[in-house]
Amino acid sequence: MTQIEEVSLEQFKHLVSERALRGETMLLNMGPQHPSTHGVLRLLLELDGETIVNAVPDIGYLHTGVEKNMEAKTYLKAEVMSDRLDYMNPLGNNLAYCMAVEKLVDLDVPPRAQALRVILVELQRIASHLVWIGTFGLDLAAMSMFLYAFREREAILDIFELCSGQRMMTTYIRPGGLWRDVPVEFETAVRNFIKMFPKRIDEYEALLTKNPVFLDRLVGIGKLDAATALSHGVTGPTLRASGVNWDLRKARPYMGYEQYDFNVPVRTEGDTYARYLVRVQEMRESLKIVEQALNKLPMGPVISANRKFVPPPRSELGVSMEALIHHFKLWTEGFPAPKGSVYSAIESPRGELGVYLEGDGGPKPHRVHWRTPSFDNLSVLPKIVKGHLVADLVAILASIDIVLGDIDR
Amino acid sequence: MDNKLEPIVKTLQEKFNATFEEFRGEVHVFVTAEQIVEALTLLRDKYDFEMLSAMTASDYWPQQTPRFHVIYQLTSLVKNLSVQLRVPVNGDQPKVPTATRVYETANWREREIFDMFGIEFEGHPDPRRILTPEGIEGHPLRKDFPLGYEEPQFTFNFEEIDLRKPYAKE
Repeated sequence: MTQIEEVSLEQFKHLVSERALRGETMLLNMGPQHPSTHGVLRLLLELDGETIVNAVPDIGYLHTGVEKNMEAKTYLKAEVMSDRLDYMNPLGNNLAYCMAVEKLVDLDVPPRAQALRVILVELQRIASHLVWIGTFGLDLAAMSMFLYAFREREAILDIFELCSGQRMMTTYIRPGGLWRDVPVEFETAVRNFIKMFPKRIDEYEALLTKNPVFLDRLVGIGKLDAATALSHGVTGPTLRASGVNWDLRKARPYMGYEQYDFNVPVRTEGDTYARYLVRVQEMRESLKIVEQALNKLPMGPVISANRKFVPPPRSELGVSMEALIHHFKLWTEGFPAPKGSVYSAIESPRGELGVYLEGDGGPKPHRVHWRTPSFDNLSVLPKIVKGHLVADLVAILASIDIVLGDIDR
Repeated sequence: MDNKLEPIVKTLQEKFNATFEEFRGEVHVFVTAEQIVEALTLLRDKYDFEMLSAMTASDYWPQQTPRFHVIYQLTSLVKNLSVQLRVPVNGDQPKVPTATRVYETANWREREIFDMFGIEFEGHPDPRRILTPEGIEGHPLRKDFPLGYEEPQFTFNFEEIDLRKPYAKE
């Protein structure tokens, strides 16, 4: 192990103002263990009294080398790592990865699997936004919000557990479709949720949307204009709150999103309050998609029957020699993917979640890169916190909804 | 290829002598390191590619010329188009001019590529590592960087391995 050097101001002098070098402003360390940094994010703040002059994010505390690890596994086995990136959106990560694999090897997905994927990913979006609204409230001292939001999130996680046996790290979406069909109780569980949830959103809105303390803390705070947002690669609700109508589900529909009727909420203010409104509205829209997808859920297989890429079901192994060979080959050696690279992106709860996947003709990916939305969304933070108070920083950071597992990979 | 993308690729071909390839409906245009800033500026200003969606690299070790590809995935929101630029970089002294003046996303993305692949970006305003801790040697996503493993400890060699294990002992 090499000696860890002490960090000196010399290394940061291009990032702070000259007044810091003269000792006129104060440098303050915020995090990495801080309840309102939503994980392990460290911020170096340059303060003039309570006002922020500069903020320098320091990331990498959760870096686990997922991209490197995925290169050492076959396409099927590497998927397990995708759940662990953005732990608020495991099913979305599965979908992004599987879509990249399907594009690389040219694999079709049956219609039933597509519709179920949409239902699951939209439920996941609601669950992710619920965690966000809960922690957002918590950061602004609305404690009860957190408890309400987690109560509803539990109902969604119960649905995931019903399907896959796991609450969070499901790996339920597989290249070519789904691991297995949903159980018979699935429809009732989702319908109960659809019935219950709109009233609950009304409750949240009654608590927060017109709350004067809440408005005082949010309106006009952390303004982000569209040009800066685009240059920084900001996507998702944070971009849409700045007046740019860009949602990959509408712009480049995947998994049959073009069949569903839903709106993309857009606000033009670009402040913290606009980002709050966009996300709350998005939960309602997601619910609409879930309901439509459930109403016209087609019957049929849930995974492709292409045995060169998709392992056969357990039941075939005892009766078919071919199935046994495929099972053995796919789970040991894996399937070869052609030489070439694809980039495939989905709209995750935080923005454009892209997977760059490169095959080299062998059974393991040559390169997997995760274009994670939180990484680019966080990079705009130093721009929008300047001139605000430290207490506002907490609100702004919460409003861009970062997940550190998503940033550090 | 998309009809709307064709004139753009043609301009790049004429202006930068660029080659391109198509795979699964995606267009990858190859330009040299010297041309990349000009090409990105042209695409942003003239063809409305407002966003640098993703930027990464890929290592083709043991091949040395070129050893790396630096990859720029561009998106146009107005035209709903995507194009990928790829810059081949040689293994000895890998260097590419920085794109931070064209897209601000490139700032952190280039730091990440430097951290992971050791490709230097000339003129970068903040050339520090971003994800790995201070004091790490090498660049983890290079193909010649080992993945790392832990030696299994059995009763007969437990103490021997314990001695060289890099964790704090009492």
